[in-house]
Amino acid sequence: MAPQQRKPHVCRNPDLIRGVGKYSRSKMYHKRGLWAIKAKNGGAFPKHEKKAVAAAPAEKPPKFYPADDVKKPLVNKRKARPTKLRASITPGTVLIVLAGRFKGKRVVFLKQLTSGLLLVTGPFKINGIPLRRVNQSYVIATSTKVDISGVNVEKFDDKYFGKKVEKKKKKGEGEFFEAEKEEKNTLPQEKKDDQKSVDAALIQCIEAVPDLKSYLGARFSLKAGMKPHELVF
Amino acid sequence: MPFKRYVEVGRVALVNYGKDYGKLVVIVDVIDQNRALVDAPDMVRGQINFKRLTLTDIKIDIKRVPNKKTLIAALEAGDVKNKWENSSWGRKLIVQKKRASLNDFDRFKIMLAKIKKAGVVRQELAKLKKEAA
Repeated sequence: MAPQQRKPHVCRNPDLIRGVGKYSRSKMYHKRGLWAIKAKNGGAFPKHEKKAVAAAPAEKPPKFYPADDVKKPLVNKRKARPTKLRASITPGTVLIVLAGRFKGKRVVFLKQLTSGLLLVTGPFKINGIPLRRVNQSYVIATSTKVDISGVNVEKFDDKYFGKKVEKKKKKGEGEFFEAEKEEKNTLPQEKKDDQKSVDAALIQCIEAVPDLKSYLGARFSLKAGMKPHELVF
Repeated sequence: MPFKRYVEVGRVALVNYGKDYGKLVVIVDVIDQNRALVDAPDMVRGQINFKRLTLTDIKIDIKRVPNKKTLIAALEAGDVKNKWENSSWGRKLIVQKKRASLNDFDRFKIMLAKIKKAGVVRQELAKLKKEAA
C-alpha cells in the first residue's frame, strides 16, 4: 500500500482572538481525551519512572581564576552567502558594464560565482571582452536575453580567475631585471581554449537574432534627451 | 474665437493629472462649477475636477448618468476607441507611450533604421541634384 497521506492536523482549540481560545479548560480536557487515558490507567494519569541520571564525574575546582572578567563575544549565527542576485539578472541576460576598461560595453551574463561576482563573456570575438568577473553593482541589466542552454560553465569558479602564485625567487641582484623580463604575462593556451568553447555555442545563438551581434559590439552611451531614471532597459 | 468643445453629458475627456492619468473618460454629469461626475469602462464612476480634464472633440449620445452597461454600449456605438486612435492627438499619445517603453535593444535597432533611411534619402537627393545640374 502506498504510504498514507497525512492531512495537516487542524488545531483543536482555534483562536477567537490572539490569546483567547474558543474552548474552556474543561472543554479542552474532554476534547483531548484525558478522561479516557485516565480511565484506561485506573483513575490516575499514567506516570513513568524518571530515568536515572548518570552521575557526572566530580569536577575539581580550577587552580587559576583570571584577574579581570573577560567578556565573551556575542554569538553570531550569520552564514556567508553570495550577494543576492537582482531578479532582472538571469543566465543569458545582456548586461551593460558601467566601470572599468570595458565601460559601456554590452556583455552576456553566464552565472553567479560563489564570491557573488558575475561571470560574464563578450563574447570575445564580438566585442573583445573575455571570460571575466564583474560586480553586480557596476552593471545595468537589460531585458534582452540570449539563449544560453548550449553553454557549459560548470568548470569556472573564483579560483580560475585568481592570481597565479609565483615561485619565491632567490635574492640575485644582478640577474633581477633579466629574470623579470622573461616572465611576461602571456595567457595560457588553456584559457584561450575555454574562451573559444564557451563562445562557440553563444555566437551561434547570437547570430540567429538579427542585429544582436552589432548590438553587442556597440558601446552604450547617454545621448542628449535620455533620462536614465525614465529609460526602460 | 468661440469655444468649440463644451462640457456636456457625453463629452469624452482625457484625464491629465492624478491616479487615472492618461485615461479617456466620459462626463456623465456636472456636479457644480468645478467638478464633474465621470465614468469609464475600466474605472469606478467618480467625481473629478475640471482642471484635471482635457476635453476632446469626441462626444457620445447618452442620458445623464447611465449605468455601466449602457455607457459601454454607447461607447461602442460612437466608435470612440477608433476615433481616438485615428485622431492626430491619439496617435501622438500612442507614439509617446511606445517610445517610453522601448528596450535598450529596440533603441539600437531604431538607430540603425534611422541611419539606413537617412542614407537612402541622401542618395535620392544626390541623384536629383545631379539631374538638376
